[in-house]
Amino acid sequence: MLQGFVNSIDPYFLQILVNIGIGIILALGLNIITGLTGQLSLGHAAFMSVGAFAGALLTLKTGTPFYLTLILSGLFTAAVAALIGWPILRLTGDYLAICTLGFAEIVKVVFLNLEITNKALGLTVPPPQTALPMPVIVLIVAILTIIASTFIQNSRFGRALKAIRDDEIAAESMGINIARYKVQAFAVSAFMAGTGGCLYAHFLGYINPSDFGFLKSVDMLSMIVLGGLGSIPGAVFGASILSAAPEFLRFMSQYRMMVYGALMVFLMVFRPNGLLGGINFTDLVLRKLGVRPRGALRNLEEKQ
Amino acid sequence: MTALLKLDNATIRFGGLVAVNGVNLDVEEGEIMALIGPNGAGKSTIFNLITGIYPPTEGGISFKGKSIAGLQPHVIAGGGIGRTFQNIRLFNELTVLENVLIGAHTRGSWNLTGALLKLLPPVRREEGRLLELAIHCLSQVDLAHKAYEQACNLPYGEQRRLEIARALAIEPALILLDEPAAGMNPQEKQTLLTMVRNIRASGVTVFLVEHDMKFVMGLSDRIAVLDYGVKIADGKPEEVRANPAVIEAYLGKGATN
Repeated sequence: MLQGFVNSIDPYFLQILVNIGIGIILALGLNIITGLTGQLSLGHAAFMSVGAFAGALLTLKTGTPFYLTLILSGLFTAAVAALIGWPILRLTGDYLAICTLGFAEIVKVVFLNLEITNKALGLTVPPPQTALPMPVIVLIVAILTIIASTFIQNSRFGRALKAIRDDEIAAESMGINIARYKVQAFAVSAFMAGTGGCLYAHFLGYINPSDFGFLKSVDMLSMIVLGGLGSIPGAVFGASILSAAPEFLRFMSQYRMMVYGALMVFLMVFRPNGLLGGINFTDLVLRKLGVRPRGALRNLEEKQ
Repeated sequence: MTALLKLDNATIRFGGLVAVNGVNLDVEEGEIMALIGPNGAGKSTIFNLITGIYPPTEGGISFKGKSIAGLQPHVIAGGGIGRTFQNIRLFNELTVLENVLIGAHTRGSWNLTGALLKLLPPVRREEGRLLELAIHCLSQVDLAHKAYEQACNLPYGEQRRLEIARALAIEPALILLDEPAAGMNPQEKQTLLTMVRNIRASGVTVFLVEHDMKFVMGLSDRIAVLDYGVKIADGKPEEVRANPAVIEAYLGKGATN
């Protein structure tokens, strides 16, 4: 039935929807390390690439069931991130950004030269044999990523990340193990990028190392900057707009990248915190619905 | 009495500059101890040595009888030393409550798994406990009513108090206050005085750096004086006030004439 419903949607439109879904997963992944922890990564496409190739190879060489492939490629990407994060996350700011940029180039060149990734020819991935149609899986994973991001943001773990973003010295003086939390955030971030990559590989059916270059990383960064760094609705919104924009601007043919660029410039001038930056949606919605906080917080409100 | 914190010949050099030179210092359990000295005497550097921001070049630092010299700041904080900063270092983008919840970091244990399993009872219980603690600490500095304001929007004096609340959320045995009264008006200073006394009464040892002599003399049980990285005096407020070396270095020559 689902398959029938999916088939009834215009394939071009469906393609855009799936792009948006994958964009949301990638943007939320990058949001964990850059938006929440404040560590600028300019090489996140590399993690997407690692996840895409890990997923494709698992499917091609071992025939692992798709859902397992999805999780394994995410975990593999997280492991890679933890491994390179340990040395490079000692750097901050521009230095870290350059380092991640270099890492992404290395990954690209390695994949372009490895026999197993079929060098510059790339890999053709057969469509996964699953009961659910691919777009539905992307939608589910995107929703799970949104939920996980929200949970992380409002937890002890997420608070530690935000503390690191705002002031590292104060954070470590509060007993937060900065090195450990940065690596963990990097790994979680890469896990999301890896699953996004794996979905991308299986939906598109073909991947090439050159697809995951610097521009892809900048794309991901633009999504979260557009929506507002550290804001989950912002990341979702930014990913939706930027995944769909190239298609909707297609009628302008040659000029679309120019318009796209101009839009970004205007946005940064008039709304430097991003479209949805600095707005607490949970609070807004809860207040609208008249939901009262629980426990200690309610006592606090009643005291006032 | 046993010394809660003990500096034993603590020294730090930055290149050719000896910022802290062979300082011996004891902070006894349950007292309010003050560290005073002219600008650049090395007071904040001593705090940074104690909290592990800098490891000492020479000498030892022990807390509760165990050496903490050279440990990472987060380990030292976890061991029960809370601190505030001379130049306020709040988490500006976050709310007052979140700032204190971050202070309570070491009082919780759920990590990434806890974040993902947020709805399970054990995680929620811990979150509730941290919240109670945070609100308790906020009310100790009379800021509970501002829990939802963004930290950077608080007036200066309240930002200083929020730093104290955040440090209290560690549930420390020792709290280091780096110029807590700086930039406060006399009325605010008076309130702060009572707050610091209450903090000590709740069982936390207080070690503070302060410039305001009236504030320090009225509050401290003991005072140590630092000049050019060297400790030149140590004793009860009246002893220190009468000490000629202190008068010359800090209060100014001829102050007694």
